[in-house]
Amino acid sequence: MKAVTRRKFLATATVAAAGAAAGPWVRRAQAQAGTTITVGVVLPYTGVYAELGVSITQGMKLVFARENDRVAGRKILMIQEDDEMKPPVGIRKMEKLIESDKVDILTGPVHSGILMGMRDKVHSTKTILIVSNAGADAISRERCSRWIFRASFSNWQPNFPMGTWVAKNVAKEAYIAAPNYQAGKDQLGAFKESFVAAGGKIIGEDYPKLGETDYAPYLTKIKQSGTKAVYAFFSGTDAVNFVKQYDQFGLKKTAKLTGAGFLTEPDVLPAQGQSALGIITGHFFSPLLDNPVNKKFVKDFRAQYGGKVPDGFACQGYDTAEVIIRSLKAVDGNTQDKDKWVDAIAKVEFDSPRGRFRFDPKTHNVIQPFIYIREVKETALGLNNVPFDKVANVIDPGTGCTLPA
Amino acid sequence: MAFVPDFFGQALNGLAYGVLLFLLSVGLTLIFGMLDIVNLAHGSYYMLGAYAGLTLIAVTGNFWLALLVAPLAVALIGAAIERTCLRPLYRRGPLDQVLLTFGLIYVFEDLVKWIWSGRIRSIPTPALFSGSVTIFGATIPSYRLFVIVFGLAIAVALWALIEKTRLGAIIRAGVFDSEMTAGMGINIDRVFTGVFAFGAALAGLSGVIAGPIQSAYPPMGASILVPALIVVVVGGLGSLKGSLAGSLIIGQAETFGKVWLPGASMLMIYVVMALILLFRPQGLFGRALK
Repeated sequence: MKAVTRRKFLATATVAAAGAAAGPWVRRAQAQAGTTITVGVVLPYTGVYAELGVSITQGMKLVFARENDRVAGRKILMIQEDDEMKPPVGIRKMEKLIESDKVDILTGPVHSGILMGMRDKVHSTKTILIVSNAGADAISRERCSRWIFRASFSNWQPNFPMGTWVAKNVAKEAYIAAPNYQAGKDQLGAFKESFVAAGGKIIGEDYPKLGETDYAPYLTKIKQSGTKAVYAFFSGTDAVNFVKQYDQFGLKKTAKLTGAGFLTEPDVLPAQGQSALGIITGHFFSPLLDNPVNKKFVKDFRAQYGGKVPDGFACQGYDTAEVIIRSLKAVDGNTQDKDKWVDAIAKVEFDSPRGRFRFDPKTHNVIQPFIYIREVKETALGLNNVPFDKVANVIDPGTGCTLPA
Repeated sequence: MAFVPDFFGQALNGLAYGVLLFLLSVGLTLIFGMLDIVNLAHGSYYMLGAYAGLTLIAVTGNFWLALLVAPLAVALIGAAIERTCLRPLYRRGPLDQVLLTFGLIYVFEDLVKWIWSGRIRSIPTPALFSGSVTIFGATIPSYRLFVIVFGLAIAVALWALIEKTRLGAIIRAGVFDSEMTAGMGINIDRVFTGVFAFGAALAGLSGVIAGPIQSAYPPMGASILVPALIVVVVGGLGSLKGSLAGSLIIGQAETFGKVWLPGASMLMIYVVMALILLFRPQGLFGRALK
């Protein structure tokens, strides 16, 4: 809780209902008197994915700072919790934010397992959650909820357009690989669906364990298959190891490496170095997008964070905060009437760095204005993903979601 | 698709992986055999080697210099740890040693985060070995060939050191019976520190060697602990030959596990370990359990 002046506190206290316990009573009293709006944040700030949590947070703070941390005359306060990428920890932190901090709105997490673990609690307590990363398809499908919106992506979204694109522009045969867990299966499933529909044939697929360090056996199989194209989804250290070893096996000369955007995001590009050159990925963002909102976003972000170039994760944080600000302006800062607030969020529409941002009313998942096809090249900003083609309006099918449209 | 190049290529992959495992675990088995201490923090010296290597390459741009100097830096850290933390524990039970060395994993991990940040890093492949070569129809990165040759050369050098020199005789005597060796007038304390520092240096060396193949990030030290322990158990405590044989067997088992049973590649290692221990509880070259 931020410091409250004595006068404000007294004023608040007079308005408040008597007889409640001291701690929550003050916070509730504030909410009613229209002082602070609390935003709960559940993200990884330690462990392998700490970089992602930091990027998302930086994107959010950039928007809140632009608004002087205020909306509709009320102050915005972020309460950040580290979920350590561990589902039990993330769920405990979420419960703390809902029950003892009584936050007005929740954001996060990175890990799909934590998101699935949060879902029922959020749904039953009618806590509004804006998902700022985790891509589990189920949250836009059979497990969707009136109280959950996703400002990032569903795992299906970057991969489905890539299937069609690779079949048309790279090769009709592909070898595919991803780590052996839910997101890996989701992502490759979406690619396979459209690749096969476009006349493509999968000539081999492998699911190495998550956190694999030696991909040699798989790379030898890829080499011997004689494939002209490989489609892969890896992120973090897996992406670094796979891309470097792919290059060392001389595979770049015989098979084009393509994949979901996470394969070459800025959190892994510096470690991949020259090995990443020429990799083609599909993603909803690149810092090199040629639109005024993105140009300003990249400039402001770099000025604020010591020259750091924003990645897709920073854009997700930026859009999450934009959704919060714009929906609260629409309801004039009234956080009490949750139904009205949810309806306002569903209607939010604005120019994001990635293009025109809208939610799909049927699933509450973001409609990707574009999935950009990007190639890793040397640019003025160092190694980066240069967009050269795009697919418009990518909407998750939302199979099994029964939200009132 | 031909069976022979496929099989040969995978066997080469398994050999390269096995040699990496050997470099990683040989120091651990030496420390185990000589000092009789359970050193769970062995992976931390591997991590420190990788990060020291990264920094040296960033400063000098020379991989070979890093390969030489980083292990020396890690040896100093190892010696300091042995003198200050481990020495008081020799007379205590293994539980205290496990607790202390397990705690050290976290201390080193946070130290690395503090100095180098948690960002994923990587050692660039040395230009000399950045390509790949084809042998009998199987493609292998030239850097991995270098790893195989280098690792086997280290194995031969270690064998010569331990079997052919006076220092080696002292180490062997120490592994066999450290109290008797001390009774012969050998300064066993100094030998202990030396062996521990040497074991840590070998782990640091493997950190630099693995750098171009695998990324460096703070939890890496903890993640290689299990394979290293498996190699030590399979090969037999304190046996150089066992360490090499165990590494090469586990390297092949894991590689062909990934090829034939992609879903259960981890299982293969444990199956191999269980089979070996079933028939030789002391490991391949371990001394019979007293």
